[in-house]
Amino acid sequence: MSFINYAQREIILKIVYYGPGLCGKTTNIKFIYSGTNPDARGKLVSLETKQERTLFFDFLPLSLPAIRGFKTRLHLYSVPGQLFYSASRKLIMKGADGVVFVADSQKARKEANIISMEDLKENLDAYGYDIDKIPFVIQYNKRDLPTKMSVEELRADLNPDGKYPDFEASAIAPNGPGVFETLKAVVKQILVELKKTK
Amino acid sequence: MVSSQMVIYEEEHEQLTLICERLVRDALAKAIFIVDKDGQLVTATGETAGIDTTGLASLVAGSTAATGSLAQMIGEEEFPVHFHEGNSKHLHVSVIGDTLILVVIFDERSSFGLVQLRVKRAYKNMRQIIENVATKAAEGNPDLDLFGEITDDDIDSLFNDAF
Repeated sequence: MSFINYAQREIILKIVYYGPGLCGKTTNIKFIYSGTNPDARGKLVSLETKQERTLFFDFLPLSLPAIRGFKTRLHLYSVPGQLFYSASRKLIMKGADGVVFVADSQKARKEANIISMEDLKENLDAYGYDIDKIPFVIQYNKRDLPTKMSVEELRADLNPDGKYPDFEASAIAPNGPGVFETLKAVVKQILVELKKTK
Repeated sequence: MVSSQMVIYEEEHEQLTLICERLVRDALAKAIFIVDKDGQLVTATGETAGIDTTGLASLVAGSTAATGSLAQMIGEEEFPVHFHEGNSKHLHVSVIGDTLILVVIFDERSSFGLVQLRVKRAYKNMRQIIENVATKAAEGNPDLDLFGEITDDDIDSLFNDAF
């Protein structure tokens, strides 16, 4: 649910990063933080356990230039990936304008990707949303690892009909290929969708 | 997901801010925030300098959602008020209507009882304003068709400077 504040002249869009445990959702958010102009970013809130697992959520506010006189602000959230944190994951989904699914390219995480995608569909369904009707982008992360699956195999598991835009990425690499492309794609989809619904 | 929007117009924003300004004085509070349940800041008054208001809004909404789920686990619909007691500063959080959350930060100059009393008095006025906001949002405002005016070039140019 986008938030428009006419008094402050700003539009706020909520984007949620979803995916299996340790797939790199927090790494995506941290890379975006480090790659963004300091004037355009707020404080990064990261609620992690000692094992680098996100306990509740990560949060990063970003400011983009104004459109039609309205400042565009992005609120990026990443949800906890581990299955046992499903209660807090569901809460963060509420009010999301767009979703990025971060898949782990490693062979060993094939099943975890599929379970997480099913879980996402269930959570969206719980709020009355349909994955085919919301701004949704898939990112195949960890493309730098030797144990990676082919993109064709990942697509067959997660995007068999090619309905969703998808990107290859390596969020941990110094130049983070694919990270900003993924973010831009989902923001663009949200704005195009908002334009259509008005 | 993008079918519904939370919209705050100048009139209601001003009314909510005025109520908060009065509440800061009456409750002897340090600062007051109104946040929507999805984590966006609506208004902030009082001594807000040095506080990351955007981060606070997001964490308060997350905490309220988690508290609500705890309530449901024990058969309550919601905990409309939750309170965090610190050494010198305390946080009083209350749910207003279906969409907003009121956050009061106070210290030793005030007390939980005083804050609770003043918040309850302000609650009625706030609820009325929230209903007006919901009505206006449902009616829409063709004069303010913001997204309809956005061009593809606008969208493309958004990313030129920030990253």
